Amino acid sequence: MKPVSAIIFKDIAIELRSKESLASMIMFAVLVLVVFNFAFESTGLDKSLVAPGSLWVAVSFAAILALNRSFAKETDNDCLQGLLLAPLSRGELYLAKVSSNFLFMLIAEIIILPLFVVFNALNFDFRFAEVIAIVFLGTLAIAGIGTILSTISSNTRMKEVMLPVLQIPLTLPLIIAAVESTREILMDDTGQVSSWLYILAGFTIVYLTLSYLLFEFAVED
Amino acid sequence: MTATLALQSQDIRKTFGHFTALGGVSLTVERGEFVALFGRNGAGKTTFLKVAATLVRATHGKLAIEGVDIHEEPEKARRHIGFLSHNTYLYRDLNPVENLRFFGRLYGVPDLEGRIHQLLERVGLQRRKSDPVRAFSRGLHQRLGLARVMLHNPSVILLDEPYTGLDANAVDMLNGLLDEAAAAGKTVILTTHDFDQGIRAATRTVIIDRGKVVLDSPAKDSAARDAYTEYIRLGLSR
Amino acid sequence: MKLKILAILTFVSMVFALYMIFIVAPRESTQGDAQRIFYLHVPLATFGYVGAFLLGFGSIRYLMTRDSKWDRLGHAAAEVTVAFITAQLITGSLWARPIWGPWWVWDARTTMQVVLYLIFIAYLMLREFVPEGPKRAILSAVFGLLAMIDVPINYLAIYLFRTQHPQAVISPGGGGLDADMAKALLASFVAVTLLFIYLLNRRLAIARVEEEINYLEQIVLAHE
Repeated sequence: MKPVSAIIFKDIAIELRSKESLASMIMFAVLVLVVFNFAFESTGLDKSLVAPGSLWVAVSFAAILALNRSFAKETDNDCLQGLLLAPLSRGELYLAKVSSNFLFMLIAEIIILPLFVVFNALNFDFRFAEVIAIVFLGTLAIAGIGTILSTISSNTRMKEVMLPVLQIPLTLPLIIAAVESTREILMDDTGQVSSWLYILAGFTIVYLTLSYLLFEFAVED
Repeated sequence: MTATLALQSQDIRKTFGHFTALGGVSLTVERGEFVALFGRNGAGKTTFLKVAATLVRATHGKLAIEGVDIHEEPEKARRHIGFLSHNTYLYRDLNPVENLRFFGRLYGVPDLEGRIHQLLERVGLQRRKSDPVRAFSRGLHQRLGLARVMLHNPSVILLDEPYTGLDANAVDMLNGLLDEAAAAGKTVILTTHDFDQGIRAATRTVIIDRGKVVLDSPAKDSAARDAYTEYIRLGLSR
Repeated sequence: MKLKILAILTFVSMVFALYMIFIVAPRESTQGDAQRIFYLHVPLATFGYVGAFLLGFGSIRYLMTRDSKWDRLGHAAAEVTVAFITAQLITGSLWARPIWGPWWVWDARTTMQVVLYLIFIAYLMLREFVPEGPKRAILSAVFGLLAMIDVPINYLAIYLFRTQHPQAVISPGGGGLDADMAKALLASFVAVTLLFIYLLNRRLAIARVEEEINYLEQIVLAHE
């Protein structure tokens, strides 16, 4: 088994044991969706206008929870050093952690998305496949940039609280693109979707590559 | 053609900002040697070990483990290295078998299950093999940590203050494992504050002070003990 | 010595610019005297991007050379830029209120400036909460680079967003610029540029002294 897969399997094994990450992600996302529903109920706005925003707020903040937990497991007992001693490059280590984080976020989203559809009484038709594609891409981007940022933020005195401070400004273009394209698909107003998708794809590629290259500096002693 | 050296460092320097941790360490360790590395706190012995283990990047100099340059081929070099510090790098949520299985896969250890079984027997953890590491005492932690270090059969074993916080049983177990490793031809480099512990099985004594090697002699040479005592005395009066 | 000359130059150019802004430039027809804020606001806004470039450049150079002067450059650039963006956001608000009504209008430019502001503040917070040392410089450089690559992507996303949801735009006012207005703007640009350079150099000088002190502290500690 290759080292990268070994790390992913290890993360799965740990998560299966405690299920902390998945539980907290799903719970948090559900709470956000519920709160948003209350907040905009009385305004009489078309649900499709507000819903995408609530989805991506839920996803991005739940992601921060997951990223923090994931890194906390590696700093416990200095396990990260154990990984740095292993015969795999820093870039491969980065890819392994991104894969684990991405996987867990996707699993949480399997629960969150249907709830999103139900809460907002959306039409679940073939167009929704496009929404799923956007969620997939957006989640990958968040996992990509979040993995290196959580490594950086864990070095600070503020620890977990630092991650949202670093991540939210940087992922803003990603969130805007995701919300807008989701909204356009739901409202069947798909004029700009391709531009948004370019931004989404561009962001993902740029940041996965950049983080892959910079990861060794982030874990340096 | 000279035999491959276990460790060869040439003028290894490391600065952290303005602070010079290592000011040029050139050390040659042959296979099978057992080196006791002494030095005051902050002298640079931990830093040197970490550079050799590829955990810290040297600012200058070359270092090769079993003939592999650690800067050019770090992943290849790491296969030969087993590193243990006072942190055990074990996952608290998993049990010993799962932990070892993970590290075994990481290093591509052949006949993994058999090897895990064998090691757990050796360190006396067979009965606790299904308990999550979270519940373990410090001593049991260390034993599993030792199993982890030996798992991939490294030819160069680096230990940073391994005796810290160990009870008598654990000390005996560690010494037993080290003696077996030495007998099997492995190279051991360990750092410790306890001169007697360090010198017990050592073939060579090295003292590092303020980032440089100040003494390098065969262990059984009485000069080594005298030099060490003098070194400590000087340190206390500073 | 050079810093003193720069300080005097800056002062002189600022006085001159103020003269140009308040005396020479004509009163704008639709916006009145409040429009004069524009002469200060625009140069300040430009330096948000200049600062971003400097931070990105300093970060890359640090990762390549590990020379702490690049780390100091990034840090100083970020601090001065944050001050400038603060001034720009305040002047923008003071300008918007009498002319357009609300204290704040979300258009493409203002949104971009706020995001830029947040990014710089995130950078400074990161530096603040990482213990002093080479690790701080490396982590700051990594984040600095990640953040600065983000600036053009953010720009794209925000402008695309705003073209879809057009809002009132804070603009210099209808038509082209009167010749005297152009001169006032130029004078202001020069003054603000000199101010930026001066503050940057001052901050760098302080940073160098801080490093000296750290170094000496470490020597003292090592001898205890």
